[in-house]
Amino acid sequence: MGSIQLKSVRKAFGGVSVINGVDLDIKNGEFAVFVGPSGCGKSTLLRLIAGLEDVTSGEVLIDGKAVTDVGPAQRGLAMVFQSYALYPHMSVRNNIAFALKMAGEKTDVIERKVAKAAATLNLTDYLDRKPRQLSGGQRQRVAIGRAIVREPKAFLFDEPLSNLDASLRVQMRVEIGELHNDLKTTMIYVTHDQVEAMTMADKIVVLDKGSVAQVGTPLELYNRPNGLFVAGFIGSPKMNFIKGPSSERRGAAILGIRPEHVAVSTTAGEWPATVRLAEHLGSDTFVHAEGDGIGPLTLRLEGEAPLKPDQRIFVTPREANIHKFDTNGRRID
Amino acid sequence: MATQQTSAAARVLVAPSVILLFLWMIVPLAMTLYFSSLRYSLLDAENIGFVGFQNYAAFLSDPDFLSALVNTLVLVGSVLVISVGGGILVALLMDQPVFGQNALRLMVIAPFFVMPTVSALVWKNLLMNPDSGLFAWIARSLGMEPVVWFTNHPMMSVVIVVSWEWLPFASLILLTALQSLDEEQKEAAQLDGAGALPYFFYIVLPHIARAITVVILIETIFLLSVFAEIYVTTGGGPGVATTNIPFLVYKEALLNFDVGAASAGGIVAVILANIVAIFLMRIVGRNLEG
Repeated sequence: MGSIQLKSVRKAFGGVSVINGVDLDIKNGEFAVFVGPSGCGKSTLLRLIAGLEDVTSGEVLIDGKAVTDVGPAQRGLAMVFQSYALYPHMSVRNNIAFALKMAGEKTDVIERKVAKAAATLNLTDYLDRKPRQLSGGQRQRVAIGRAIVREPKAFLFDEPLSNLDASLRVQMRVEIGELHNDLKTTMIYVTHDQVEAMTMADKIVVLDKGSVAQVGTPLELYNRPNGLFVAGFIGSPKMNFIKGPSSERRGAAILGIRPEHVAVSTTAGEWPATVRLAEHLGSDTFVHAEGDGIGPLTLRLEGEAPLKPDQRIFVTPREANIHKFDTNGRRID
Repeated sequence: MATQQTSAAARVLVAPSVILLFLWMIVPLAMTLYFSSLRYSLLDAENIGFVGFQNYAAFLSDPDFLSALVNTLVLVGSVLVISVGGGILVALLMDQPVFGQNALRLMVIAPFFVMPTVSALVWKNLLMNPDSGLFAWIARSLGMEPVVWFTNHPMMSVVIVVSWEWLPFASLILLTALQSLDEEQKEAAQLDGAGALPYFFYIVLPHIARAITVVILIETIFLLSVFAEIYVTTGGGPGVATTNIPFLVYKEALLNFDVGAASAGGIVAVILANIVAIFLMRIVGRNLEG
């Protein structure tokens, strides 16, 4: 069991309000990702759930019980920190066993649980090493192992992959995903990387300046962003926003069109533009163009598009994939 | 990057300072060794001659030597325990956020800047004096008999004075070590359910172990040669109750005017310091590795 609810949670440091009333419902077994630009309060929100910070007002409920006055250790949550926060002078074994030792478990129980966690995470050969003798990915696994042995109601991850290199990050992303499938435990994962959010989450919570901008499944957010912020944040490369006659004609203040939802022609189309740069990735080509009167455009074309800088092109959005926003940046349906 | 030529040039360029430092060390040492093998009393300066190891035999078989050795070890050991133990506590306190933190830290470090003779005088005349001292006044106001510190508890008094001087040093070094403890580790321990005491023993103490080692090593070097505090307060007495090895050497040289015996005592002190250093390095030195 591990459902987590937040009821109009607020947090202020001194006079500065960091979390402005967040309501959230995370169901048991769900993989929820908090995503947002740096400074949006996503880590603070996680720390409020963990109990490392006290809420200024509002309530945190775990399994329906208010835990606002319960200490972090008693909430039954386990956290994986950005810096891993391994105890440097303890062996991997003792790092993993520490929480159990503190809980006063019997030695043989500890031994069994540590061995099981180590086996799950491929750490069995490293149990007697010190953290400094491990690679970044192994340290990450130790940090996860330390969380697993506690059999928590929920796992909290605070940007756990940001210290890893790109290829390891992809690998660990898969491992954490598989871990979630195996354990079926609630997980809350904080990241600023929308790719991690899209690939891992059952539910994405997009945060903007201390408030929830939108909650939904990855594809809901991708297909129906409720405002300019979410539209611009989810999806890579970023959505193009277009003002002017073509948006007014469609009855919107601002048009949003994702780079992959356009047709490009060299002869005719809605928006004439000049290519500034074409990035060839093999599978795709990202084209950065300057639209006449509408500003920069990013286009994503499948395969190898034979476009060169300074070439004139014509861009036509696919009508079905156009997002319309009003003057306040809210979605119009 | 160092090529053959640059490393050769580097050697030539550092040579003057290395040679100077080497001479600085070796000349006094050689002279002390030389004097220690002479019959050389300033009271009998005509009669100087080679006596081999006689000075050593005399110094080592002097009944005062053994008590001086014990006194030295007691002094070093007690001050180490008090300053490191107290230093940890003070550092833990100073690590808490309080109003006027910087001023407080400055005040805590202040005793370290007071020169030993002055702090010994302050303790002797203002605090521990049985007639006019603060402690005597407190004792009398509570209706108790004032303690005659330097007469009845000479070694304890010296230990208190020296500890007072070295506590700030230990506190400051340990405070910086405490402050370098990763905030996320603190939180991880909190989530792992470590209470205050387990947190201190499992997380904090191992983290500052290296700093403690450094404090112990540095303090030992200086505590082996404590002199001014003893000279100013007890004069090594009563009897030889507070005479440590440096003070014994001083007595030989400048009260008995026996240069030969004092030199032998100096060499013995050097050897003793090295023995202590070897033991210390074996006990705490492995904390410095890795």
